[in-house]
Amino acid sequence: MSEADYLEAFRSEQGSLGAQLPDWVMALRLSALGRFERAGFPDPRHEEWRYTNIRPIVKKAFKPAGDALAPLEVGVLDQHRLGVDSAVELVFVNGRLHAGLSQMQGLPDGAVVEDLGTALRSRGETLQPLLGQIADDRDSSFVALSTAFLRDGVFIGLAPGCVLERPIKLLFVSTREAQPVVFHPRILFHGGANSQATVIEHYAGMEGSASFTNTVTEAALEAGARLEHYKIQRESTQAYHIGSLHVRQMRDSSLRSHNVNLGGRLVRNDLNIGLMEPGAEVLLNGLFMAGGRQHVDNHTRVHHAAPHTQSTEEYRGIIDDHARGVFKGRVLVDRGAQRIEAHQTSANLVLSDGAEVDTKPELEIYADDVVCSHGATVGQLDEQSLFYLRSRGLDDKTARGLLTFAFAGEVISRIGEQSIRDRLEEVIVGRLPDHQRLKELV
Amino acid sequence: MLKITDLHAEVDGKPILKGLNLEVGSGEVHAIMGPNGSGKSTLCQVLAGRDGYQVTSGSVSFEGQDLLAMAPEIRAREGLLLAFQYPVEIPGVKNVYLLKAAYNAQREHRGEPEVDAFEFLQLLRERTRIMKMDESFLHRGVNEGFSGGEKKRNEILQMLVLEPKLALLDETDSGLDIDALKVVSEGVNTLRGEDRSVVLVTHYQRLLDHIVPDFVHVLSDGRIIKSGDKSLALELEANGYQNVVEAA
Repeated sequence: MSEADYLEAFRSEQGSLGAQLPDWVMALRLSALGRFERAGFPDPRHEEWRYTNIRPIVKKAFKPAGDALAPLEVGVLDQHRLGVDSAVELVFVNGRLHAGLSQMQGLPDGAVVEDLGTALRSRGETLQPLLGQIADDRDSSFVALSTAFLRDGVFIGLAPGCVLERPIKLLFVSTREAQPVVFHPRILFHGGANSQATVIEHYAGMEGSASFTNTVTEAALEAGARLEHYKIQRESTQAYHIGSLHVRQMRDSSLRSHNVNLGGRLVRNDLNIGLMEPGAEVLLNGLFMAGGRQHVDNHTRVHHAAPHTQSTEEYRGIIDDHARGVFKGRVLVDRGAQRIEAHQTSANLVLSDGAEVDTKPELEIYADDVVCSHGATVGQLDEQSLFYLRSRGLDDKTARGLLTFAFAGEVISRIGEQSIRDRLEEVIVGRLPDHQRLKELV
Repeated sequence: MLKITDLHAEVDGKPILKGLNLEVGSGEVHAIMGPNGSGKSTLCQVLAGRDGYQVTSGSVSFEGQDLLAMAPEIRAREGLLLAFQYPVEIPGVKNVYLLKAAYNAQREHRGEPEVDAFEFLQLLRERTRIMKMDESFLHRGVNEGFSGGEKKRNEILQMLVLEPKLALLDETDSGLDIDALKVVSEGVNTLRGEDRSVVLVTHYQRLLDHIVPDFVHVLSDGRIIKSGDKSLALELEANGYQNVVEAA
């Protein structure tokens, strides 16, 4: 779908939506469309898109998500579930909320989890100052595109002091369609002062689904708010996925982001974290596994805008076959942001000659009293470790599988939810050589 | 059990073993002593099948089979196990995974069914007690953050679980304090048996106070230049390698 196709799709939708969405949303959509039109899709000459060519997305003919829901059986859906005990679960099929498959009851007072369309109509005062304000669409045509097609998604709001014991689960499933679908799920999270929640965004696709998910999440964390955020992307290996997480953190707030990408043909994630006030801290924990001809690109940007803020970033990639991985980690420390701490590592395991990875740290520091570190490694499995395992009787394949699993395990071990750790371990083992034997072991 | 005949091996094109002969019978304990650079570690690596250690001539037969034709994992499954001088740390691979995988690989090789998880755990518990190791070790990454002594104990623990026909110990005593040395020695002595053999490669005599060998060999410049009983070790200790090497 080219730029012109999106403009056309926008015009045909805008007329009928006017009755459903408030004026401020219609205006927001329209201005974002203007920015999208002017910027167009990025090409590889764009510094932020040097290693990721999105032409396949532009060339492919997608159809916009329609109101007619694809038939989907619960049994089929269950194969894609993570098996996590959750407070509420919202299921989106091809980008649109499926009320029948969702479970939205049982939240404590002070917590709201609502279909975005409903929230846009009834909670304008809360949403208007946040929506499109945390994600800067001057930076990205895909964010502009998301805002232009704003309609589907979720609003999560926590009143001050509200603590959710169990996670909020969002499952996005795409089905295999004759003509693949494009959808723009938008998630807005507002964590009031000292609130606490876990949000799991899980993207799954039926085998063969060649859909295009263009997803944007914005989160505002007020003073002392804590968010554990999961993005688990397991779409089909034919799917296109462009996603971003934009977080604005106030005093003493904490974000733990776990970004795990296992699926997708062409995947790009942008994480933009603003540590706006003292005491804010963030952990960016990331893992991707790419095989076949998958292409997975993670761009992170941490902005230390205030003193005494802290960021820790640990990204790991496992790249096999003819797959390609990209990591770019930018840390920006403002002039006044003294006594901050920023640590970044990017470790990559390249399992075949045809695989490739590009990793690039970028530190821009304008303060002088800071502790910053970064390290990037690209390598193969350690020969000494391999020999050690073989010398104990493990065959080469089992040894390689075990070491690869251990490499991924470093990221998994930082995940807070036990059930997610277990499920991810299972999924990861399933993709390793000799997985039958490994399954019995680990 | 093991018969090494006129073994020549090189590393990076440099000859290290230059016609080594050694025969180890069932139930015997042999100590191979020698100065640094004599080829002790190379011999161990060659026997375990490490890449980069090139055998240029000679033969090694293990239980009547051509050892050098076997992949490293087959050697282990056939019952030849090396305790490394410098065991590697493998973060993320739990000890218990490794032990279970190794144990079952061996059973499968022998055509035996896999062990029941509960039974295996019992076995592990019992063996960790012999090595005076805390059970929590089993759930830590292989040698991850272990002290030198803990790593060596872990090597012997693996032997106790896998019960090799031939245990090959590469400087297992180096870097151990006396308490750890006793524990390690006790572990090795537990391994001894009528149909099991042990080859100790060591620089120092003190290990042999605890594990008494049937034979002692002096390795120098890639060949065994002198063999004797345990008194040879005492002689080496008293007079130094130089005298023995010159006399030979």
